[in-house]
Amino acid sequence: MAGSNKIKITPPRWLLAELTYKCPLQCPYCSNPLDYSKHNAEISTEDWKRVLSEARKMGAVQLGFSGGEPLVRPDLPELVKHARDLGYYSNLITSGYGLTEEKILQLKEAGLDHIQVSIQASTQDLNDHIAGTESFQSKKEVARLVKKHGYPMVLCVVIHRENIHQMPEILAMAEELGADYLELANTQYYGWAHANRDLLMPTKEQYEKAEKIAQDFKEKVVDKMKIYYVIPDFHEKRPKACMNGWGTTFLTIAPDGVALPCHSARELPGLDCPNVNDSSISEIWNESKAFNFFRGTEWMKEPCASCDEKEKDFGGCRCQAYLLTGDMHNTDPVCDKSPDNHVIQEAIASARESALSDGEKPLIFRNSKNSKNF
Amino acid sequence: MSINPEQIIHFSPLHRLQWEEAQQKDVILYPEGMVELNQSSAEILKLCDGSRALNDIVADLEEKFSTTGLKNDIIAFLDVALQNGWIKQD
Ligand code: SF4
Ligand code: SF4
Repeated sequence: MAGSNKIKITPPRWLLAELTYKCPLQCPYCSNPLDYSKHNAEISTEDWKRVLSEARKMGAVQLGFSGGEPLVRPDLPELVKHARDLGYYSNLITSGYGLTEEKILQLKEAGLDHIQVSIQASTQDLNDHIAGTESFQSKKEVARLVKKHGYPMVLCVVIHRENIHQMPEILAMAEELGADYLELANTQYYGWAHANRDLLMPTKEQYEKAEKIAQDFKEKVVDKMKIYYVIPDFHEKRPKACMNGWGTTFLTIAPDGVALPCHSARELPGLDCPNVNDSSISEIWNESKAFNFFRGTEWMKEPCASCDEKEKDFGGCRCQAYLLTGDMHNTDPVCDKSPDNHVIQEAIASARESALSDGEKPLIFRNSKNSKNF
Repeated sequence: MSINPEQIIHFSPLHRLQWEEAQQKDVILYPEGMVELNQSSAEILKLCDGSRALNDIVADLEEKFSTTGLKNDIIAFLDVALQNGWIKQD
């Protein structure tokens, strides 16, 4: 594992500032920790400013304000202004809920570069069902206002079994709203999505059909809209190059100041993730146990250790290895060389069985009542 | 899509061109992404400021670097920049 001195440490480029776990919506695929209600402390405005300044000094340039719902923090405009003064390119990753025209203008004035609005589906009924809150009309209105005020407009739709059949309508909606970018994010099974996996994972046929529709559309709109298609890794033979390599590029700060090498890393045992209240960003990035834990390739077990693809995918995702095999050092089971690959095949089969049966159990929505059960 | 030599070239309002001290490089920033530029690309893009058309850019750069014959390279790069949406023509 960690601590090999030979590894050259590159500076962070991407800072994800999870300002709060509070959110008015209840998406059942939310990537926040299941027990988020236990971590309800939030660091102060001054702490955030220090974090932004220190990370910028090291070389971070892309900044995501996310959550939860970052609009819940009243100091958001102040933080945006600070970020702009430092030279960050700042991205607001929002559900759009509660975003007024006045606020959009205020954030623009403060120097916000881009707003990504998530929409849950192409119809009101389904959007409001998945979000757990009536929000469809206001989200569409927000998307229009974002465009009107000269921001690049990025629409994000998380894809799962409840909405995958709407792919043609989702694409038409993005075109109608004038999206500059459309992110079609196939659900990644962490956090709440992991708990709801049997109910959320589409069948292979559904994926293939939806992907074909999205690819054809991509060619059609190539001059006006960029489409990012986040692949469903369960159906791949190789894992994703998670986080572009551990501790190489991404730094996430959780609402309570805990620094994470990836936003799911809170679930990994024994990492002792450091807190910005106790250490500087440079100490956290360069010296902490957590950030050095999976740097480089020394920590790998077989089959990764002797695999000639290890510099390409870094053995996949540590959180996925942990969630699905119980050992975070294992090869990501998505890889077909992994001795645990059967767990992926079993997950696909189990979701399929659930899809084909009538008596499905209900989704577990992301809210503090449900969070207290974890 | 390729550059129209008659028309003024603007930098895209949806992207940002900026010097990065930590990387000692100019970069283009856009939603959730970044492109690192080499020096000559950066010099060309800085002149795409809404006041110049192709020939003005070529003339300015040839003067700045006291050289000639840059036109073809500049056109090739601007075509790429246009296709990537970094620059616009009306
Ligand atoms: S995924 Fe949904 S519930 Fe989770 S933070 Fe985003 S909008 Fe809120
Ligand atoms: S064995 Fe490990 S390194 Fe090799 S392809 Fe699979 S996950 Fe990647």
